[in-house]
Amino acid sequence: MQIPFERIVQDYGLNVLRVCRALLDEHRAQDAWSETFLSALKAYPQLAEDANVSAWLVRIARNKAIDELRKNKPEILDDHLQWEQADDQVNLQTEADNLQLWQEVAKLPQKQRMVVAYRYLGGLSYAQIAQLVSGNEAAARRAGSDGIKNLRRILGDDSLWQEQS
Amino acid sequence: MTQTKLNSSATGEEAELLAQLGQELRAKAKAADLLDVSYRVIDSPIGSLLLASTPAGLVRVAFESEDHDKILELLSQKLSPRILKDSSRMDVVARQLDEYFAGSRRNFDVPLDLKLSTAFRRQVQLELGEIGYGQTWSYSQMAERIGNPKAVRAVGSACATNPIPIVLPCHRVLRTDGSLGGYLGGLETKTQLLKLENPDFGGAMSTLF
Repeated sequence: MQIPFERIVQDYGLNVLRVCRALLDEHRAQDAWSETFLSALKAYPQLAEDANVSAWLVRIARNKAIDELRKNKPEILDDHLQWEQADDQVNLQTEADNLQLWQEVAKLPQKQRMVVAYRYLGGLSYAQIAQLVSGNEAAARRAGSDGIKNLRRILGDDSLWQEQS
Repeated sequence: MTQTKLNSSATGEEAELLAQLGQELRAKAKAADLLDVSYRVIDSPIGSLLLASTPAGLVRVAFESEDHDKILELLSQKLSPRILKDSSRMDVVARQLDEYFAGSRRNFDVPLDLKLSTAFRRQVQLELGEIGYGQTWSYSQMAERIGNPKAVRAVGSACATNPIPIVLPCHRVLRTDGSLGGYLGGLETKTQLLKLENPDFGGAMSTLF
């Protein structure tokens, strides 16, 4: 049995807001939140009963965020978005539920925030990220690594987002 | 402690923004025809009441004792899980209920949606609206009224499963001997409603049987 959608909004509204804010600036984050829940409401009756609602919503939010970004930089984002790979890289189900994590991501310095969010939530390559944040790939890598170091320190979790490379 | 709190609860700023975004979502959902059931909860002298509507009309009134969360889950199952709390659709019925409990309204005038009921029960439940304010009918009178005098038990079930109590006044149907019969909201509530409509109502009739 599916629970009333109102409960989904109550239970996951904050989660989705923090993810949107990690990925986008304030104005676009609010638009992405609304678009996420509107799309979710539309698709909700077809959602499998045993689906992980949080991961489902974060996936929608991520796509909405990418839509927002694409409005400005379509040439970078139209190809090579490997969502499946991104899901392997980050355990989306666990990380998406970590509300404190996304709150801390949103507090990082602008460049670190964007790189971390695009890399770990959006699944973009550093080359793509470099184009989005107008820098070179090495600088994007550095900002990402600094951001992760900060998060590991703040959250006291040394194993956070170990990349296999 | 602080860490756990940070992790699970919204800051004041976030809570405020979520409330505002939530309001916008309800309006957008309605405009996009994605809101199948909306609901609100109102206070009344007989406890809080859950009011639920579809685009066609009022579909459910539930007493506090029925457990509103459980009723919403049932509506999700039977009608649609696209359910949001949204008071705007229920302004008129909420006002009419207020007036009814204040004693200044005798009839309800709101669109109803009886899709939760089978055809036979729907016929009985609509007939309930014909019983005048402050009057009572027996279950057998009710059966005669719908042209099926033998269907007394079925009429009883139809009254017992009335999805829109108060507005469709199943509390005005009693046993032939004058005893109360049953009521989803409890017999005390049934007596309270009958006394509101008619201060002379002898709830004590029930002791005769």
